[in-house]
Amino acid sequence: MRGKDRVHERGQTIFDPALLLRAARGSFAKLNPVSLWRNPVMLIVEAGAVLTTVLTVVAAASGRTVSFGLQISIWLWFTVLFANFAEALAEAQGSARAEALRRSRKDLVACRLSDDGRREQVSAAALTKGDLIIVAGGEAIPGDGEIVEGTALVDESAITGESAPVVREAGGDRSGVTGGSRVLSGTIRVRITTDPGETFLDHMISMVEGARRHMTPNEVALQILLVGLTVLFVVVVMTVPAMARHMGVTTTVPVLVSLLVCLMPTTIGGLLPAIGIAGMDRLIQRNVVALSGRAVEASGDVDIVVLDKTGTITLGNRMATELIPADGVSREELLDAALFSSLSDETPEGRSIVVLCKNELGIKGRDIRAPEDAVFVPFSAAARMSGVDIGNRRVRKGSVDAVEAFVRAAGGAFPEPLRAWVDAIARCGDTPMTVAEGGRIIGVIRLKDVLKQGIKSRLAQLRQVGIKSVMITGDNLLTAASIAAEAGLDDFAAQARPEVKLDLIRKYQADGHLVAMIGDGTNDAPALAQADVAVAMNAGTQAAREAANMIDLDSNPTKLLDIVEVGKEILITRGALTTFSIANDVAKYFAIIPAIFASAYPELRTLNIMRLATPSSAVLAAVVFNASIIPLLIPLALRGVRFRARSASSVLRWNLLVYGLGGLVLPFLGIKLLDVVLVALRLV
Amino acid sequence: MVKAILSLLELAAILLPAAVFLGRYMARVFQGERSFLTPALRPVESLVYRLCRIDESREMSGRTYAICAVSFTLIGVLVLFLLQLLQGVLPLNPQGLRGVRWDTALSTAISFSTNTNWQSYAGETTMSHLTQMLGLAVQNFLSAGIGIAVALAMIRGFIRREANTVGSFWVDLVRSVVYVLLPLSLVLAVVLMSQGVVETLRPHATVETLEGVRQTIPVGPVASQEAIKELGTNGGGFFNANSAHPLENPNGLTNLLENVAMLLIPVALVFTFGRMIKNRKQGRALFAAMVVLFALGLAVALWAELAGNPLLAKAGIAGGANLEGKEMRFGLAPSVLFGQATTATSTGAVNSMHDSAMPLTGLVYLFNMGIGEVIFGGVGVGLVGMLFYVVLAMFVAGLMIGRTPEFLGKKLGPYEMIMAVVGVLLSPVILLCFLAVALAVPSGLAGLGNPSAHGLSEVLYAYTSAVGNNGSAFAGLSANTPFYNLTLGLAMLVGRFATLLPGLAIGASVARKKTAPVGVATFPTTGLLFVVVLVGAILLVGALTYFPAFSLGPILEHLRLVGGGTL
Repeated sequence: MRGKDRVHERGQTIFDPALLLRAARGSFAKLNPVSLWRNPVMLIVEAGAVLTTVLTVVAAASGRTVSFGLQISIWLWFTVLFANFAEALAEAQGSARAEALRRSRKDLVACRLSDDGRREQVSAAALTKGDLIIVAGGEAIPGDGEIVEGTALVDESAITGESAPVVREAGGDRSGVTGGSRVLSGTIRVRITTDPGETFLDHMISMVEGARRHMTPNEVALQILLVGLTVLFVVVVMTVPAMARHMGVTTTVPVLVSLLVCLMPTTIGGLLPAIGIAGMDRLIQRNVVALSGRAVEASGDVDIVVLDKTGTITLGNRMATELIPADGVSREELLDAALFSSLSDETPEGRSIVVLCKNELGIKGRDIRAPEDAVFVPFSAAARMSGVDIGNRRVRKGSVDAVEAFVRAAGGAFPEPLRAWVDAIARCGDTPMTVAEGGRIIGVIRLKDVLKQGIKSRLAQLRQVGIKSVMITGDNLLTAASIAAEAGLDDFAAQARPEVKLDLIRKYQADGHLVAMIGDGTNDAPALAQADVAVAMNAGTQAAREAANMIDLDSNPTKLLDIVEVGKEILITRGALTTFSIANDVAKYFAIIPAIFASAYPELRTLNIMRLATPSSAVLAAVVFNASIIPLLIPLALRGVRFRARSASSVLRWNLLVYGLGGLVLPFLGIKLLDVVLVALRLV
Repeated sequence: MVKAILSLLELAAILLPAAVFLGRYMARVFQGERSFLTPALRPVESLVYRLCRIDESREMSGRTYAICAVSFTLIGVLVLFLLQLLQGVLPLNPQGLRGVRWDTALSTAISFSTNTNWQSYAGETTMSHLTQMLGLAVQNFLSAGIGIAVALAMIRGFIRREANTVGSFWVDLVRSVVYVLLPLSLVLAVVLMSQGVVETLRPHATVETLEGVRQTIPVGPVASQEAIKELGTNGGGFFNANSAHPLENPNGLTNLLENVAMLLIPVALVFTFGRMIKNRKQGRALFAAMVVLFALGLAVALWAELAGNPLLAKAGIAGGANLEGKEMRFGLAPSVLFGQATTATSTGAVNSMHDSAMPLTGLVYLFNMGIGEVIFGGVGVGLVGMLFYVVLAMFVAGLMIGRTPEFLGKKLGPYEMIMAVVGVLLSPVILLCFLAVALAVPSGLAGLGNPSAHGLSEVLYAYTSAVGNNGSAFAGLSANTPFYNLTLGLAMLVGRFATLLPGLAIGASVARKKTAPVGVATFPTTGLLFVVVLVGAILLVGALTYFPAFSLGPILEHLRLVGGGTL
């Protein structure tokens, strides 16, 4: 996948030493309880760490042995630090990317046109909404805006990483430009559409830095579950001393704090912030900027995607795909006539005929020599024909009606077999064109809406993850049906006026569907605003970009699949680590409860199924395991648990097996191993 | 073993067809459709509406529904409290019993109004016939009716789309009493009477026994109360000995019928749920999860009881199964089955002494109650409690398949999560707090009948039974003290409202939501995997909550027995 290659291109892995250093510094800064407030689970761990540390210091001052309390304290601090480190690392990755972007915009100077037409040089940061600027070839575009005049070749590689320049022009749906990109040639006037601090780049930077990150509803719900479990375990642990006293056993604070920390869902609690930030970052690696985390997660629930036909499913122009000679006309003769009659047709259709003919004739490059005496008749919308006169030969190509009229004027007629072909082509939803020489029709050209490469397989993949695709097009029913069938769309709406898009989305939503819309044009904006997940093409108009909650920098409409994937991966990672975290508790109980009570009640040694050496080694091993599982899972949290396009049941079965059963079994092995090591090192 | 399987098959053979039938009947009744009893009962229903000025067609928001349910419960507490205090001057008191002590009266009032039926008193020597009939028996009906009503409101939430109402509390309550509880109780009471259960308003009988001694035999309106006691998963016996008393439960047949009666409505409601949501497979999936949990517990308990007490065997006193505290006219398997059913359904009626069961059997009973009475559970509230676990399990499972969690097409957001967490975890949290307090203060420790592990189990059992609204007891604890009456009363209220209110809140919240259509990416919640996930979630939550308490109570006791130590 392209997005994935780029990660390596930019040289960012989580093992980058500079990033690790930065994250390590950040993890200490985050020890501040004020910043930990947002993560209640870790806040309680920190409180426990403070408590055991104070008790250890007091004990040391009064001359008692503190080896156990000291080690517990240290590992509790590490638990918090490791969790902070995960978050800091995710943020560091994001800000490294953001800084690279920021550099691209540094010190940009804009040439602003004042109302009286004067030009003045101002700093890019001073541009406000509505300013008109001029950008000439070789200059950087200082802010987000819309071209109001001119055409330019723009290098957007700083934003998208895509090295091939793109054409941006006033009017139409390709008028948006992004601050930080560079005009290679041409001069354009741009109307700035955002205020400072709100540009696209600012959004991107704030999303990856996590500064403006709001918790998504899913995250809030999960946090509630984690807090609920934490409250439960706090109560469970606090009641242990009362039960112990009744049984004639005394408990110590470090052991109780250890039990609490081990039971609390510290693994998921510690990694939760990192998962969200890393998800946003992964999305940016795939060149999609999400303006809300909520939309990214909602994309995992989308079950209908509404696509505009032009530019998303098809290339947008009709292309010649087939030539049908009339009876008694050789193929070469038709090719020749079609080629020469189209040479002066600069429309995309005309050029496609030239390309097709050249391919068929095996001509490469521009190696076409028209006869000396050729007089070209260029295509005009009024005549709906183009052609060439070579001596007496009058060759014409154009719409069926126009060419028929031309032939009749020369005394010819339309041959019936060809009429059947014309009808057949129209019935397929394609466009027929005819070629004539003098009073004779010599053949028919089939013009076809050509599908974008790979669209069919992408749509099939979407269907596999449960997303139906619906095409909206202004074409007639026939054309629409034929394209829908060819591309493998699930449904389509033909002859759709812009407001139809909005109604269609509303209708699906009323039925309980979650709808994604991909659009680029201004008339897509209302539909984009209505859709649950709205992806605008970066090349699209400003209106579309503002209405969307995600922007695809590559302007690649099948990007939705990547977005869905990232959205699902964020959720799966959270769910998997939650399951893992809770399943871990079983082993920790089996380690710590016998450690507390077995000396008074030897029968409870039966519960020490791991056969841990001593009560101290058991408690310490559990705490060390609990702390060290966090850094071990950081790569998984940042990379995300892979989403496989399989049935929901099989995905769940697999994840339950790995993270549920794995989470149940692994700590038994891990704690036993740590116990052996701790005893061998004589730490306990 | 063979006997155990036979009594299980006997139970299933009566229970299942009856529950399937009743489930269908209730679905019709509660959706306002005609049933075969409509001609007979519709006039009664209409009369109640007219007398109480209930507008049958007016639906309620979740909030109004909750206010009705809570205030109706609290009014029930008050009326029952006053009735007990004043019974000395009220009629139908042939024994001339005095007013009940205030703390006992309060605890009992809460107990019967919350469907708990914890009894810290001996019924036959404390309560007048009027209190038994107008107070306790009426609350037996109403508390069960409230449970059904709340379950219905929650179910409607999952059925409705973008709706602001969840039904009418009064209509649901009236229908559940008139169409379900009264007819079933009537039938069961008559059958029980035919088997020798007494039903009279006369004073206690005094007879001369064969040995020539005069003996007072307490009698009263027993059969009528016995029927609703089981059917409404109430459990409060007329006699102190509860269903072990020959005049409440004379023979094997009545024992079987009472056992079926406890399970009947809770099981049927699961099928009703399936029918109402128009997804009977879903109902069957929940049923399967409950059956698995029921069977697991039963297997452990039966194994423990059949293995018997190794200390006795070693001492050569008695070998084989543990028969201590069991009625020999029922036998071991029916006693264990009854115990499993009564703790799983939050009934709390007992036909054997749970205190004398093997430690592991006690653990199973504790677990059944401690997870919140969701293995069939109390009438109505059992289903509600199970749906809390479903919300929790589907939340985590939903995340793991990469979708915003949903159940029955309803997205589960932060609000549903808060309510499910409160519904599942608040009761254990309160229980553990009270347990710790009782083990720490002298007035708590004063009630302990046994030291060490068994004493811990007794207190744990009492509070678990209270928050689970079960009402059965490990008899060793002397609980008729102000301390236990008040703390247990509070625990019962928490247990009750921590189920009713979150249930209504979730119902009202999901009713307002759209229903997402089922697609290929939707996790099918009717299959084996759903059952496994749900059962796993319940076992895990239960284990994590009670590991320390169980380790020091029943597990330690068991290990000591096995290890040959003293009790």
